[in-house]
Amino acid sequence: MTELLEIQDLAVEFVTPIGRVQAVNGISYSVAEGEVVAVVGESGSGKSVSAQATLGLIPQPPGKITSGKIRFRGENLLELDDEAIRQVRGQRVAMIFQEPMTSLNPVLSIGRQLTEAMRLHLGLSKAEADARGIELLSLVGIPDPDRRLVQYPHQFSGGMRQRVMIAMALACEPELIIADEPTTALDVTIQAQILELMKDLSARLGVALIIITHNLGVVARYAHRVNVMYAGRIVERGNADAIYGNPAHPYTVGLLNSVPRMDKPRGSPLEPIPGNPPDPANLAPGCAFAPRCRFATERCVQEVPDFVELADGHAAACFEIEAVRREAAE
Amino acid sequence: MTRYMLKRTIGAVIVMWAVATLVFFMLRIVPGDPIAAMLFDVGDPAAAEEIKEKLGLDKPMYVQYAKWFLLVLQGDLGNSIYGSNIQVNRLIAEAAPRTLSLATLSFIVATMIAIPAGLIAATRKNSNLDHGVTFFAFLGLSMPDFWLAILLIIVFAANLHWLPAIGYVPLSEGFWPWFSHLILPSIAVGTAFSAIVARMIRSAMLEVMKSDFMQVARSKGLRENTLIMIHAFPNALIPVVTVMGIAFALLMSGAVVVENVFSIKGLGRMLIQGILNRDYPVVQGTILIISAIFVFTNLLVDMVYTLIDPRIRYDK
Ligand SMILES: Nc1ncnc2c1ncn2[C@@H]1O[C@H](COP(=O)(O)OP(=O)(O)OP(=O)(O)O)[C@@H](O)[C@H]1O
Ligand SMILES: [Mg+2]
Repeated sequence: MTELLEIQDLAVEFVTPIGRVQAVNGISYSVAEGEVVAVVGESGSGKSVSAQATLGLIPQPPGKITSGKIRFRGENLLELDDEAIRQVRGQRVAMIFQEPMTSLNPVLSIGRQLTEAMRLHLGLSKAEADARGIELLSLVGIPDPDRRLVQYPHQFSGGMRQRVMIAMALACEPELIIADEPTTALDVTIQAQILELMKDLSARLGVALIIITHNLGVVARYAHRVNVMYAGRIVERGNADAIYGNPAHPYTVGLLNSVPRMDKPRGSPLEPIPGNPPDPANLAPGCAFAPRCRFATERCVQEVPDFVELADGHAAACFEIEAVRREAAE
Repeated sequence: MTRYMLKRTIGAVIVMWAVATLVFFMLRIVPGDPIAAMLFDVGDPAAAEEIKEKLGLDKPMYVQYAKWFLLVLQGDLGNSIYGSNIQVNRLIAEAAPRTLSLATLSFIVATMIAIPAGLIAATRKNSNLDHGVTFFAFLGLSMPDFWLAILLIIVFAANLHWLPAIGYVPLSEGFWPWFSHLILPSIAVGTAFSAIVARMIRSAMLEVMKSDFMQVARSKGLRENTLIMIHAFPNALIPVVTVMGIAFALLMSGAVVVENVFSIKGLGRMLIQGILNRDYPVVQGTILIISAIFVFTNLLVDMVYTLIDPRIRYDK
């Protein structure tokens, strides 16, 4: 597999009235062609910001990318000018957002919103774009697409709107789709349908997929590789099997114990992680998870741990991996 | 839609009736009466009773009301009881086109300034251009329109002799004579309104630009112009149209002060004159017309909504 997207040491901060918010603090991960990669973490851990940085969608000011490279097929997207990054958006990298209810423009028809990128980037005529729009709507499982094309967002349910968003993302046959919590706002049954649909389309069309989520329990079935984020840093990365079967970072362990899972017997107790995520406006010098961590030592409070490679592609940033492993074995 | 229109029209007529009735009785309850106003001119107290009888003002109020109402139903607004007793219908037929002309042109001026100014201010937020627009908006808001009117007359009429200073020429006497007389007053009235509308467009645009769907549209790689004009602007217009509708209705009831500065004898001036003279039929007639303009502008605004916002449909 060749790497399609490589994020290297990306850091993003926001200058706010209350001070500098270090939203993303030097993260690196990569996505291969056609691969499904998950980025998991609690609210505020910097998942959306890192995704938005990829397409140059961070409002500047207040935002600022302070370091890093985002290589897409070798080309650093952060160095592109406005016009060049605009050509990447929608055409080569598409995005799906969290809120289907507010992500569609209420005054424009579904057809207009679905076809405008194709007309712009691919130069299709209106008739061609409409025909393809109808095709896309049926591809994402919207019945009666001819009629639906001329309707407006308020005539669609949340699940249907998210299907439209997926169709929109697929419109120009991008190489990568970044889905930022695509199912968080939906009912549980619909969530599964949408994830299934995305995974299926990704495999069928060979599109790589970044799924951003705070739900480590659900992404299990859909991702090849998983990156766990905490307070602007990646704390553990690895193949899905390794992350679920053999977690090494106390935060990952905590996350797995706090969500219902398919590989554990029904009714096993859920244990939420005690405490709250740190305020990104004033981060302590050491490991950001230390204040909530059962294994934390003096060293954890003072130094930020580096990644420790555990197996092929599996690594965790923690000083106490031994202790975590020992407890898990018991 | 037709059923909805019918319902709305009936509603409008009821509102007009209520306003007219209210004004009818209020005029007769507030102190001061037309006879006193007239006698000031005539100077003969003995004539008072005679005039009162002639005008029917000696009858009980409900009788006066019934008489007036029956005439209105036949489209007759009565005669002015002051001076030459001219028909109110004729007075209105003369004044209304003036006000309509001034209001329409002022509205066009206001829109032509406000939309670009508001859009520029919103899309270049905190730039010098934005600060410039904001400065002129506050200037426009705080500067009384009659003062701008006088300035315009001094510069463009008195000094440069480019445009006539005062008066009104009907459109039937040619486009340019009509238009040239209205340019300065329209600018005077329109500028003040444009300031309010530009500020509204700016804040509505800034609000819309923050919405999720704008982020989505941007992520599709659309051009900046498409984002602003196709995706953001129609959404920003929804709240603005309400204010523009009210503004138009207010303009139609006459920009009295500016009408006076330019000696345009429009509806506003007619109404003020009528009130000062306690000229009941004139006041009642003008108010009836103005309230009609208000309710129908409202109706028009609601129709415009359906054009902008697909969520609004009146056929249910
Ligand atoms: N425009 C902004 N101005 C200031 N701070 C911001 C801005 N956008 C994001 N942040 C901050 O950056 C941090 C990371 O935000 P981000 O949206 O990436 O979190 P997230 O992991 O996506 O969380 P969620 O699960 O809630 O979506 C947060 O602390 C947030 O307050
Ligand atoms: Mg987010």
